Amino acid sequence: MLAFLVRRVLQAAGVFLAVGIIAFTMFRFVGDPVNQIVSIDTPYAERLAVRQSLGLDDPVPVQILRYLGRALGGDFGISYQFRQPVSALFAERLPATLELALCATVFALGLGVLFGVVSALRRGTALASALNALSLVGISLPTFLIGILLIYVFSETFRLLPSFGRGDVVRVGGWTTGFLTPSGLKALVLPSITLGLFQLTLVMRLVRAEMLEVLRTDYIRFARARGLRSRTIHFRHALKNTLIPVITIAGLQLGSLIAFAIITETVFQWPGMGALFLQAVQNVDIPIMAAYLLLVAGIFVVINLTVDILYTVVDPRLHVAGATGG
Amino acid sequence: MRTRGSLWTLSLALLLAAGPVSAVTLRYANQGDLKSLDPYTLNETTTIAHHGHVYEGLTKRGKDLAIEPGLAERWELVEPTRWRFFLRRNVKFSDGTPFTADDVVFSAARVRAPGSNFATRVPADVKVEKVDDFTVDFISAQPNPILHYSWDSWYIMSKAWAEKNNSVAPTPAAATTPTYSALNAMGTGPFTIESHQPGVKTVFKKNPNYWGKIEGNVDEIVFTPISNDSTRVSALLSGEVDVIEPVPLQDINRVNSAGSAQVLTGPEVRTIFLGFDQTRDELSNSSVKGKNPFKDRRVREAFYKAIDAEAIKARVMRGLSTPSALMIAPEFFKLSSDFTRPKPDPDGAKKLLAEAGYPNGFEVGMNCPSDRYVNDGDICRAVIGMLARIGIKINPIIEPKAQYFAKVLKSGGYNTSFYMLGWTPGTGDSHNVLYEIMGCRTDPKSSRGDTNLGGYCNPKLDELTDQVLVELDTGKRDQLIKQAYQIGIDDYGYIPLHQQSLSWGVSKKVKLVQRADNQVLLYWAQKD
Repeated sequence: MLAFLVRRVLQAAGVFLAVGIIAFTMFRFVGDPVNQIVSIDTPYAERLAVRQSLGLDDPVPVQILRYLGRALGGDFGISYQFRQPVSALFAERLPATLELALCATVFALGLGVLFGVVSALRRGTALASALNALSLVGISLPTFLIGILLIYVFSETFRLLPSFGRGDVVRVGGWTTGFLTPSGLKALVLPSITLGLFQLTLVMRLVRAEMLEVLRTDYIRFARARGLRSRTIHFRHALKNTLIPVITIAGLQLGSLIAFAIITETVFQWPGMGALFLQAVQNVDIPIMAAYLLLVAGIFVVINLTVDILYTVVDPRLHVAGATGG
Repeated sequence: MRTRGSLWTLSLALLLAAGPVSAVTLRYANQGDLKSLDPYTLNETTTIAHHGHVYEGLTKRGKDLAIEPGLAERWELVEPTRWRFFLRRNVKFSDGTPFTADDVVFSAARVRAPGSNFATRVPADVKVEKVDDFTVDFISAQPNPILHYSWDSWYIMSKAWAEKNNSVAPTPAAATTPTYSALNAMGTGPFTIESHQPGVKTVFKKNPNYWGKIEGNVDEIVFTPISNDSTRVSALLSGEVDVIEPVPLQDINRVNSAGSAQVLTGPEVRTIFLGFDQTRDELSNSSVKGKNPFKDRRVREAFYKAIDAEAIKARVMRGLSTPSALMIAPEFFKLSSDFTRPKPDPDGAKKLLAEAGYPNGFEVGMNCPSDRYVNDGDICRAVIGMLARIGIKINPIIEPKAQYFAKVLKSGGYNTSFYMLGWTPGTGDSHNVLYEIMGCRTDPKSSRGDTNLGGYCNPKLDELTDQVLVELDTGKRDQLIKQAYQIGIDDYGYIPLHQQSLSWGVSKKVKLVQRADNQVLLYWAQKD
C-alpha cells in the first residue's frame, strides 16, 4: 500500500510539472501582457521598463524555472492586472466557487436521483417521457445559453431572482458565505441550476439505466416473491445498489464543476475563480492562468488518487492484484 | 425605565428605518474593471472616470469638455515659459488635512516618478516651484500653451497621506508587492471609497466635507464590473443596476423598447481610422513582391475612395457613428467644419490602381482587433468587402486585442501592412494627434510617431507640429493645425473612418450627463 501511494504521488508530481511547462509555453502565444497593463498612449521607454520589471525579457526556460521554484515555496506571484498576490486573490474567490459547486451538486444529485427513479419505475407514462425530454434538453443545450435563458425569464421578465453577483455575503473568518442572507441564497439559485443541469441529466440517465438493470435481477424477483411491498423493494433494495456508480460519477463530476464553472461564472458575473481565470486569459495575466491550471491539475490529481485508494479499499481483488504484481 | 427603554428602541428602529430610505444608492455596471485605486497606474478612460469621483485635478473638464477651474481657482501665463496656478483655499482632503501647494509639488514629483503611467501629464523638463502655500509655478524650457490641457486627469494626492502610508512612489503597472495606494484612495473629491474588492465590487460614499457643491443627489455608488454583454443588459432591464456602459449596438432597441430604461447615445471623441505600412520596402504580408504599393500615393488614394463611411454607418454601426474627414473629433478642433469627407468613388479608385500599375489589384493582410472598439471586427469585414469591389483582396487577421496589439504596436515591431486603430488624444488637443499618430518615425531617439504604426511621414507636417507646440496665439495656432491636417489629407496618409458612438444604458429613474469622452461621472447623476 505504501509503495502504491509513493508511486501515485510521484506520478502526481510529474503531472504538475507537465501542466506547468505546457501552460507556460502556451502563454507565449496569448499576447503581450504589457499592452494589457498600460494604456495605448504609454511612451515606449515606459513599456520597456514594465517588460523588464515583469521579467519578460528573460529566456522562457529561465522564466519557467523561476516560476516553478517560487510555486514550490507557495508563492504563485503577483497578478498583472490586480497587483495582488495570486494566492490572496484565489483565497478571496474560492468560497464563491465552492459554494456554487456544492449547490449545483446537491441540485444535480437530489433531483437527478429522484427523476431517474421516477422515469425508471413509471416507464412508458407521460411523466417519464416528459422527464426524458427534459434530460435531452439539459444534455444538448450549451451552458451559456441556459444561463442567458434563465436570466431572461426569471430576472428580466418576472424579476424574481438576481441576474448577477453573489448578493450580500457574510464573512466568517477567512470565508465569505452567501448561505446566511436572503439575497445571497436567491443569488445562488440561477447559477446553481445552470451549472448543475448537465450533471442532473447525467445522473438521471445513469440512475434510470441502473435501476432498470437492477429491477431485472434475480434478488428483486425473489424479493417480490417474498411479498415485500414495492416501495421497500424499490427504495431499500434496488436504489441502494444503483447508487454505487452514481457516487463514483458524482465525485468525479464535482471536480469538473469546481474546475470548469468558468462559463457559468462569467454569464452570472459570479465572483469566483472561473470568472477570474477567463478575465486573466483576456488580459494575458499569466500568473493567474498558471496558478489556476496548476490548481485544476491539483484538484483532479487529488480526486483521482482518492478514488484509486477507495477502490483498493472497497474491492479486495484490486488490492491483491496490486500486492502480487508489485 | 421600561417605557424609556422601549422609547430608545423605537427611536433606534426609526433611525435605522429612516437611514436607507433617505440615502440614494446608484448601482453602476461597466464592462471593464477598476483594477487599481492608485491614480497614476493606468491611463485609461474608465479608470480615470472612477478615480475622478475621489480625486481631483488642478483643472476640470465640464459637461462639454471645456476646461474649468478645479483645485486651482485660476491660472495665468506670467512669462511665456512660466505658468502660475492659484490654488483654491479652504479645500480639505477627506481625512481632514488641508490641501496646499506642497501637495501639488508632491503630486508633480510622484506623477513623473518611475512606474507612473501618467508621466507625460507633467513633461520631464518642467520645473515646479512653490511660490507660497496657495501658488505654484510651472516653468517649461519652451513656451507650452497646452501644458495644462490634460491636467483634469492628473489627480492631486495628499503628501501627508502618501508619506504616512508608504505610498510616496506611484504603484507601477508591474508592481511586485501590493501597495497601500493601489487598494485605498483618499482625495479631495466629492466621494470617498467605502470598500474596494478588485474585479468584484467597489462602493463609493458621498464625501460630507466636500468643498464644492455636488450637483447630483447620489449618496452611495455601488460599482460592479459585468463583462458579459447579455448579463449586463439584463441587469439593467431587471432593475438590479441603474446605469450600464456600454450597451452593445444590437441591444439598443431591446433596452429602449423595455420601457424601464433607455440608451443614451452621442458621438464619442475617439476617432477610428485605417493606416498603411509606408516604411518597409516590401510589405510583410502581401502578394506584391519587391516593392511596397502603399508607398505610392495613388494606391492610398484608391483605398480611401473605395471605402464608403456612410455605408459603414448605416449597415455596421446601425446609424450610430459620425463619419469623419479628420484624425481628430470636432469637439477638440474648432475648424473641423472646414473639412468634409469626399464621396466614395470606386470607379475612380480602380483607375488610380491601374495608373499605379495594379489593374488587377493585389492581395494584402489586414490587422484588426475584435474586442476593442464598437463593432470593430464588423467594420473590418465591411472594409474588406468594399476593397474587393476595386480588386483588392484582403486577408483578414481579426484577433482579440491581446493578440492584435502584441503585433501592431512598436513593442511588436509594427508587424502590420494594413490596420485599423482608434485614438483619443489624451490632451484633448491636435498636437497629440499630429505628433503621436501623424509624426515621422525617422528619429529613433524621439518618441515622435511612436503610435504611427504604418510610419506615414511628411517632414513639412512635422515642422508645423513643432510650431503648433509653441504658438501662444489661439487663432494662429488653429490655422497651423489646419495646414498640418491638410498635408495629411493631401498625402492620403491615413483613412479616417468615423467617431464611434457612446452607448450608455440608463434607468428611467436616473438623469445623467453624457460626456463625449465616455467618462461616466455619477456626481452629476440625479436619481428619483
